[in-house]
Amino acid sequence: MEIVERIIAGDVRSTARLLRDIDDEITSAREVLRELYAHTGKAYIIGFTGSPGVGKSTLVDQLAVRYRKEGKTVGILAVDPTSPFSGGAILGDRIRMQRHFLDPGVFIRSLATRGHFGGITRSTNDMVTVLDAMGKDIIIIETVGVGQDEVEIANSAHSTILVTVPGMGDDIQAIKAGIMEIGNIFVVNKAEREGSRKTILELRNLIEIGSRRRETNGWEPLIVETEAVKSRGIDKLYDAIEKHRAYLLSAGEDKWRAVVENRVRIQLLEAIKDQAFRTIVKRLDKGDMPLKEMVRRIVDKEADPYSLVREIIERELG
Amino acid sequence: MEKGRKLRILVAKPGLDGHDRGARVIARAFRDAGFEVIYTGCHQTPEQIVSTAIQEDVDVIGLSILSGAHTYSFPKVMELLKEQNAEDITVIGGGIFPLEDIPKLKEIGIKEIFEPGAKLQDITDWVNTNIQPRVAAAAL
Repeated sequence: MEIVERIIAGDVRSTARLLRDIDDEITSAREVLRELYAHTGKAYIIGFTGSPGVGKSTLVDQLAVRYRKEGKTVGILAVDPTSPFSGGAILGDRIRMQRHFLDPGVFIRSLATRGHFGGITRSTNDMVTVLDAMGKDIIIIETVGVGQDEVEIANSAHSTILVTVPGMGDDIQAIKAGIMEIGNIFVVNKAEREGSRKTILELRNLIEIGSRRRETNGWEPLIVETEAVKSRGIDKLYDAIEKHRAYLLSAGEDKWRAVVENRVRIQLLEAIKDQAFRTIVKRLDKGDMPLKEMVRRIVDKEADPYSLVREIIERELG
Repeated sequence: MEKGRKLRILVAKPGLDGHDRGARVIARAFRDAGFEVIYTGCHQTPEQIVSTAIQEDVDVIGLSILSGAHTYSFPKVMELLKEQNAEDITVIGGGIFPLEDIPKLKEIGIKEIFEPGAKLQDITDWVNTNIQPRVAAAAL
């Protein structure tokens, strides 16, 4: 396919248009992805996550500058929320990244969640595949502003960075399950603000408590203080990421392989789930009892959801 | 095609004027019409606008301008789109324009100009009516 050649050669327009097809779930995009896949595996993937307004976009912008200084090319996927009412979205992460607009070594794409809840989009991992095949050395994924439970990014990125700011709730927040567990690196941004010492202390305690996991895992999460709008702490953040990368690559063949395998396994499971779901739902509406009729029956207590699901699964998957 | 396309629109303010209330209002209207709006803020050069439009693969560029500099920035955007083989991206404009400039802008390929008083509904309707869904990239 001609488009495959063009993307591997780094053509921006073809890449951008394929990303659109992936997001819009156009069937032919899968064929292109299939051919691109053999050209992937070279990029290092960094994920940024954290609550809205903590400074993710600004940090991503700064980090991109840092990697460009090293001569690395950078791809950025930045996610913002879709309106649950209109299906529309305002994607504003680029506002913080303007200095890169004319740099051919940086490709930025804004994505809308389109109803997906894990912090990234359904399409994100496929888009990483494309940017990897196009030759970007570093791929940075910025999640939508998240709360406590959006942990998908940890399975998409090689290094996951959790960004927080001083004064985000008490010390119980830090020991809760969920998002606080996935950071390989913690960034305390806006570190000039009051309470930053306390936040760092709480994070230290959190890491301390997690030391049992560390024994099996081998990596002690790093804490970095930054003041992204003033470019402060960015070199330290860069060093922390490179340290984590070096750790993954040097802790033995097994370690890196485990990270890569985990990523592939989860994406495979997701793809199976996604396609099986679509196939079954598509067939449902062609069958003798469409979805609407099932809903009616359940509401009128003529049937129960458990039996209907069992029937469908037995019929479709034997 | 399984679900149908979602329209993507870049709302950009070229040049030095910093009055982006209008741009924000129209961005919001596009959002409420179900479009994905890429908003890049003020002070964009034509080069930045075109580069963003291509990377984001938008269907439409909406240029908001109040400064009078449209006689420079609009033709420049059109020229750059042509240079990069991206003339299929529709460009529309909104803001304040001397009446005699409007035909000139349309002549260089700006598809529609919305002046003060244009209704938000009319603008979103225009987009829905005039923008055709993209063909698949694999077919190019």
